[in-house]
Amino acid sequence: MIVEIQHLTKIYESKLRVVAVDGIDLELEQGEIFGLLGPNGAGKTTTISIATTRTLPTSGTVRIAGVDVVRHPAHARRHIGVVPQFNTLDRSLTVYENLYYHCRYFGFSHGHARARSLELLEQFLLTERKDVYPAQLSGGLGQRVQIARAIAHRPTVLFLDEPSAGLDPQSRMAMWSAVEGLRKEGITVLLTTHYMEEADSLSDRVAIIDHGRVLALGTPEKLKQTYGAETVFDLKLKSREGLEAAVATLKARPDVRGAEATADGLRVMAVAQDGLLPDLVQEAARFGLRDLTIAEPSLETVFIHLTGRDLRE
Amino acid sequence: MNSSSNLQHGNSHASALDSGIFFKAFLGLLLRDLRVLTREFLPFLLRVGMQPLLFLFVFTFILPRMGGGNPLAAGGGKTDFGTIILPGLMAVAIMFSGIAAVALPLSSEFGITREIDDRVMCPLPLWAVALEKVCFSAMQSIIAALLVIPMAIYIPAVPVRADISNWFLLALVLVLASLLAGSLGLVIGSTVNPRQIGLVFSIIVVPITFLGCVYYPWAWLDKIKWLKIAVLFNPIVYMSEGLRAAVTPSIAHMPWWAILTALVFFLAALGRWGLKGFLGRVLS
Repeated sequence: MIVEIQHLTKIYESKLRVVAVDGIDLELEQGEIFGLLGPNGAGKTTTISIATTRTLPTSGTVRIAGVDVVRHPAHARRHIGVVPQFNTLDRSLTVYENLYYHCRYFGFSHGHARARSLELLEQFLLTERKDVYPAQLSGGLGQRVQIARAIAHRPTVLFLDEPSAGLDPQSRMAMWSAVEGLRKEGITVLLTTHYMEEADSLSDRVAIIDHGRVLALGTPEKLKQTYGAETVFDLKLKSREGLEAAVATLKARPDVRGAEATADGLRVMAVAQDGLLPDLVQEAARFGLRDLTIAEPSLETVFIHLTGRDLRE
Repeated sequence: MNSSSNLQHGNSHASALDSGIFFKAFLGLLLRDLRVLTREFLPFLLRVGMQPLLFLFVFTFILPRMGGGNPLAAGGGKTDFGTIILPGLMAVAIMFSGIAAVALPLSSEFGITREIDDRVMCPLPLWAVALEKVCFSAMQSIIAALLVIPMAIYIPAVPVRADISNWFLLALVLVLASLLAGSLGLVIGSTVNPRQIGLVFSIIVVPITFLGCVYYPWAWLDKIKWLKIAVLFNPIVYMSEGLRAAVTPSIAHMPWWAILTALVFFLAALGRWGLKGFLGRVLS
């Protein structure tokens, strides 16, 4: 296991006692992309801060590539790459120099650091902007430079804390493909997010955490199955005569969780099964099917199911 | 038995490896700061040079030429003012340079930009990151202090009587005073939030400079006993007096052993305080 988090807790003792992390156990395998999902204040960022040597845990251990991050933080940092929530690029250095000096910090020689920086500029399509200062970069470009910098010293684990917060959709897509690209290099990625779509499409496995605890852990598909996320079929029909009988028939099917008549047709909630769609279309044909939309099960439903609908601050 | 000795051997090997990596990381941080400084070298020279330049020009060039009843007029006093304030101006240059090089950037890197994150994630202990800041600032302070010497030679109407015979003492005082200024910068930069840094300048930095025996030797405070004792708590006093002992030994100054002891004491105290503040800011 490349990342081992065991019985991790972090309690902030002040006027108000806050249990930010309450006994988290996680293990990441080499090369996987792991999503840490949770509402604001769930303990995601605290967990990452501890793993990246920036916060001391109250109890428990974190090992990165076998190195205990509390006992040997400086040593552990060689295995860690971090893309923080905020743009922390060095404002006094150009894009190229940000990469170059980062490499120097990690002991690269001049020639080696130079070659690695140029290689990264090319890989992340930043070559044209190599002499630009970070203040002149857009949010998306800045994020790309941050990812390039974070992997410059070839860490074993890359931590991405809310990588797409504040990015426009295009930049977010570009960021996703950059992260996907890391898979080829064998880097293990731990990302936190509250964009369900992001976690769903990027992660091999996800953990949903809330109140500092892991509520569910597994592949996105497995979580959707386990926590009853349903495929929703919305059918628009010309005629509604005799619809009630059809609803009753559908409800009786084992693969259908629920069915109801709507203002302009019929809605069916089902666990995803191949046999249902042809039957539904055939059934609906009698009522004059005009349109059909299918919403695949999403992590969002799982997430809401586990963490509730209450608004978090 | 065998396995434990193997383990020890492994550990010592790992620590030798680590210290090599720490050293390279430290060097990387220095190179980065050097790159930024060389890019802004002219602004740096102007920043550190302008104050002593104007000071010398007004007090040792203009005023002595005004003559008539002016206590600073040429030949009026027992000792020319230029010689008295040369060490003081060097101390001020060290002091301001240390604060500008550590306190100001650190305060904004902690607060607004969080740029410090990048350097804090380097593969070396956190105290070494703070130490690098202080060392690099000390280097700038030394340049700033040495810059004052040629100015003091060419500007004043009455030539300054600098007599540097004890080079070892000069080097020692310069290094200690510069590290001390950097440590003070570390304390201010890591404990004061960026919005209040201007205020701290006015209520701490300016007063300790003015009352730092910069414009007069400590020995001349005989008539104001309470002040003579009160300023002993001001580290700038030892910077000025130390430079006085090394650069213009003909002017009354404290004994060298007292100066060095006090410099080391204040360096240790402020260094410790600054480091604590720094760790508190980067580690929660």
